[in-house]
Amino acid sequence: MKNWVLIGALALIHFSTFGQENAMKKIDGGSYLPLYGNSNEEVNVSAFYIDPLPVTHEAYLEFVKEYPEWQKSKVKGLFADKRYLEVWENDLSYPSVLKNSPVIQVSWFAAKAYCACQGKRLPTVDEWEYIAMANEVKEDARGDSLYNLAILRSYETPKTYLLQVGSKPSNVYGVYDLHGLVWEWTLDFNSIIITGESRNNGNTDQGLFCASGALGANDLMNYAAFMRYAMRSSLKARYSMTNLGFRCAKDIKQ
Amino acid sequence: MKISITIILALVVFIQGCKEQTPSTKITPEEVQELNEMSIYNLPSNWNTQDGNQISFIDLKGQPLVVVMIYTSCQTACPRLVADMRFIEEKVGTKAATQPRYVLVSIDPLVDTPERLKKFAAENEMSADQWLFLQGTEDSVRDFANILSVKYKKINPMDFSHSNIISVFDKEGVLQFQKEGLGLENDEIVDQILEISKI
Repeated sequence: MKNWVLIGALALIHFSTFGQENAMKKIDGGSYLPLYGNSNEEVNVSAFYIDPLPVTHEAYLEFVKEYPEWQKSKVKGLFADKRYLEVWENDLSYPSVLKNSPVIQVSWFAAKAYCACQGKRLPTVDEWEYIAMANEVKEDARGDSLYNLAILRSYETPKTYLLQVGSKPSNVYGVYDLHGLVWEWTLDFNSIIITGESRNNGNTDQGLFCASGALGANDLMNYAAFMRYAMRSSLKARYSMTNLGFRCAKDIKQ
Repeated sequence: MKISITIILALVVFIQGCKEQTPSTKITPEEVQELNEMSIYNLPSNWNTQDGNQISFIDLKGQPLVVVMIYTSCQTACPRLVADMRFIEEKVGTKAATQPRYVLVSIDPLVDTPERLKKFAAENEMSADQWLFLQGTEDSVRDFANILSVKYKKINPMDFSHSNIISVFDKEGVLQFQKEGLGLENDEIVDQILEISKI
């Protein structure tokens, strides 16, 4: 009996080593008007937990130690392209300066596996965008021109992936770095359907997608969000990009 | 005591949720090791066929695959995609060096049960052995769609918006050719299937 308790305790300690140090933040549900949707309908977002910080190189190292199939020399081409962890020196080492920077050059399959191994999952596009509307004081800061300007400025700044996580103020939910460091994978990034020249609504290639004409942008003033959606629509799941990281989310059990 | 066992069980459950499993019981671990790293046989998921059998993609080893993602309640593009698949199958006929399997994977696994897929197959005269319909889970369908770079979004309780892509895999499960768009010339994909069936 004592042994069982010990094993359980050890297992817990073991798992917490590659979990984020900080507890997940609970986000109460709500609704919002996404940039892209069926029409001008608000989308409901159920309550969920979210990591307060992006996953770091340090945390990702613990993961690949535990699951060698995700080490850069062992990962299968089906699940990650050649740029996977390109910045790492070898399977188990990254440049030490990157320790607390967001892990980058990870594919969607890898990010998804990382979260699954902690009993978590990637956040959906709607969950991510819902909390990304917030600034330090407001849940929906999209009407604030300074909020938009700051995000766009960060998109223009090169090499923000070198910055350390959690060094800027958190948003009103206690979540850090949704803007300003790296773009992040979402579970259903492949639900973003933008074809052709989508700045012109009438010019999408209707033949490529079923019901593609139904999906148009609602708020073209939100240029930062537009850039995120355009970026997501251009991704493939095995891409490992230098400005793209991730964090995990989790369902709230009823 | 009870609590610790619960914790251990909970851990075991989510370890399995993230560990790659051996794709199929019929395949030895050595054979798995030898797979081409780009092969869809590396996908660990299990699927239900229209006949209610469980298979993994690795069970289809040795056959070229012509694959499309559809859902049976689709009224707009899917009938045309299905028509394209039938046209392609008819054109390829018995000319391929190895007989391909024509695989229709449902993007709506909650609705498209094996029974429903079987009915759909019969209605579309796709009941012969070369036709395979697959029901996965929401998770395995998303994985598979992402291998094919197929985009889809549930736009209301009944309907999905989705890419119209037909993909051709070789006998090792490696993606070799994709045709995107509806109602286009099918001669090129037929030629590709004939070539790929020789590899």
